Amino acid sequence: MAIEHPTSQIGSLVSPFPHSKEDHVDADISVDVTSAPASVDGQAPAATVFELQGLEVHYGPFRAVRDVDMHIRKNEITAFIGPSGCGKTTVLRCLNRMNDVIPTARVGGRVLYHGIDLYGPEVSATELRRRVGMVFQRPNPFPKSIYDNVAFGPKVNGVRSKSDLDDIVEKSLRGAALWDEVKTRLKSSALGMSGGQQQRLCIARAIAVEPEVILMDEPCSALDPIATARIEDLMQEMKDTYTLIIVTHNMQQAARVSDRTAFFTTEVNPESDRRTGTLVEFARTRKIFSNPADERTEQYVTGRFG
Amino acid sequence: MSVVVDTAVSSDAAVVTLADLAPRRSWRNTKSSLMSALMGLAFLIVFVPIVTLVFTVVSKGAGIVFADFPAWFTDRIPVRGREVGPGMGPAIIGTLLITFTASVLAIPLGILGAVYLNEYGKASRWAQIVRFMSSVMTGVPSIVMGLFVYVVFTLRFGLSGFGGALALACLMLPVVIRSTEEMLRLVPDHLREASYALGTSKSRTIATVVLPAAFPGIVSGCLLAIARAAGETAPLFFTIGIVTETNPNVFSGPNTALPAQIYSNAFTIFDGAKERAWGAALTLIAITFFFTVTARVVTARIQKKR
Repeated sequence: MAIEHPTSQIGSLVSPFPHSKEDHVDADISVDVTSAPASVDGQAPAATVFELQGLEVHYGPFRAVRDVDMHIRKNEITAFIGPSGCGKTTVLRCLNRMNDVIPTARVGGRVLYHGIDLYGPEVSATELRRRVGMVFQRPNPFPKSIYDNVAFGPKVNGVRSKSDLDDIVEKSLRGAALWDEVKTRLKSSALGMSGGQQQRLCIARAIAVEPEVILMDEPCSALDPIATARIEDLMQEMKDTYTLIIVTHNMQQAARVSDRTAFFTTEVNPESDRRTGTLVEFARTRKIFSNPADERTEQYVTGRFG
Repeated sequence: MSVVVDTAVSSDAAVVTLADLAPRRSWRNTKSSLMSALMGLAFLIVFVPIVTLVFTVVSKGAGIVFADFPAWFTDRIPVRGREVGPGMGPAIIGTLLITFTASVLAIPLGILGAVYLNEYGKASRWAQIVRFMSSVMTGVPSIVMGLFVYVVFTLRFGLSGFGGALALACLMLPVVIRSTEEMLRLVPDHLREASYALGTSKSRTIATVVLPAAFPGIVSGCLLAIARAAGETAPLFFTIGIVTETNPNVFSGPNTALPAQIYSNAFTIFDGAKERAWGAALTLIAITFFFTVTARVVTARIQKKR
């Protein structure tokens, strides 16, 4: 496939996939009890990027997550909250097939990305991950220079020209609000930066390949409140360009930054004592935190359990 | 709001006195000093033989190496043992050539093998077999390896430097595989995941992230293997023969190497030959030392750049 760099985002994203037209616009018409209709606030419904249908994930014989149905919409911030072990991260890692790395992991149900079944035989996880980037819980820059960290993705995608790379690096570092802090030391090691800077570098590295979606797995849990605030501000700015999905343990963070919130919880099977995560409620963040439909959600967001 | 002052502790009786903070004469402290002393002793025990060895070799070998200076490195080896004076050129060139050829054979193969074991094979049956065979190979005595190459190669193609290189490569291979695999295992998975999340294929990730991250460790492991191979004597007797003239062609005709010269010269009754054995020993140590230091400097510089 052709590599467009630097492109103006999403228009070209569906092209490499064979069947992609249907399913975008009127996803809201389909009845989906777990997600609140977008028209609640009288806003135009945004296009669906991901549609999860009865998603379940097994690790070996053990079912980690079951029955997750939701629509994730374009240019919104979607937050996944819930107690530890409820499968938030597992579900997130299904969206760019990062669970493929774990040999025993098996995915059931369907994950549709612009209507394409991500686990279909013709989908390459590598191509998918160029469009669906990821930022991890712990900042994980490569042991290379700041410049090389950001240029890594574009280089892998075939950008050769030095001046193009320079442009992408600057643009990405600006996009991650890091440029002014590091512009004089681009050639120095990324490992010498503070934790917050490293995490913003990881965001810069993710946006350097111009993805459509960025998955963030507890991106602030290793950071102090000031660095967290910077990243939250950054997420608000990034929303116009990208679709963000964030897993967080911090309910205030979900309430502050996200447009929609999915609440997951753990169900214990009384016979086998096995724990399985499941989606309880998915709605506008305001609704989840002020007037949730499910009692378990209310208990969780008010701090009475979990 | 009033600040509650805790008055339960009266100020006239000091709660903590200096005596409380003074170091205690406890069994724990005694044990600590005892262990420190033991460790110092262990260091001395290791240090004494090394110093004695270097001192002996230098004092007995330096004379002949530096007698009419470049002669030792350029002249042919005297044919008759009772001849006095320098000349070890053919063995120096032979050692360098044979060890280099062995490294070219063993290092790429060993690194690729380790990449297979750690990145692809993992715990699969075939990988287990390869791993087991490699540890068996580590335990094969070098003289047996020489005999093996003698049977499968030398009997058919005659004595040559290449035969010696084959035997040395067989000895190096398991060392390179084992140490490289250890180093690859130390590369944290989050670096691999970071690379995958940018849409990088597995092979590309190994080439651009995993191997560079493990590079310094791999270099150390390969050096260990080279140093070991450079000092091997037994396998060379079967495979390269022993000559006194320089043979720059590794692929045909008998050759010679420093360890072989040390062995054959040391076992004569002539003082001239014995002196040459000491000189050859000094040269061998110097060559190994030179390569080790060079590689350390290079890897340290690479690590510093990160």
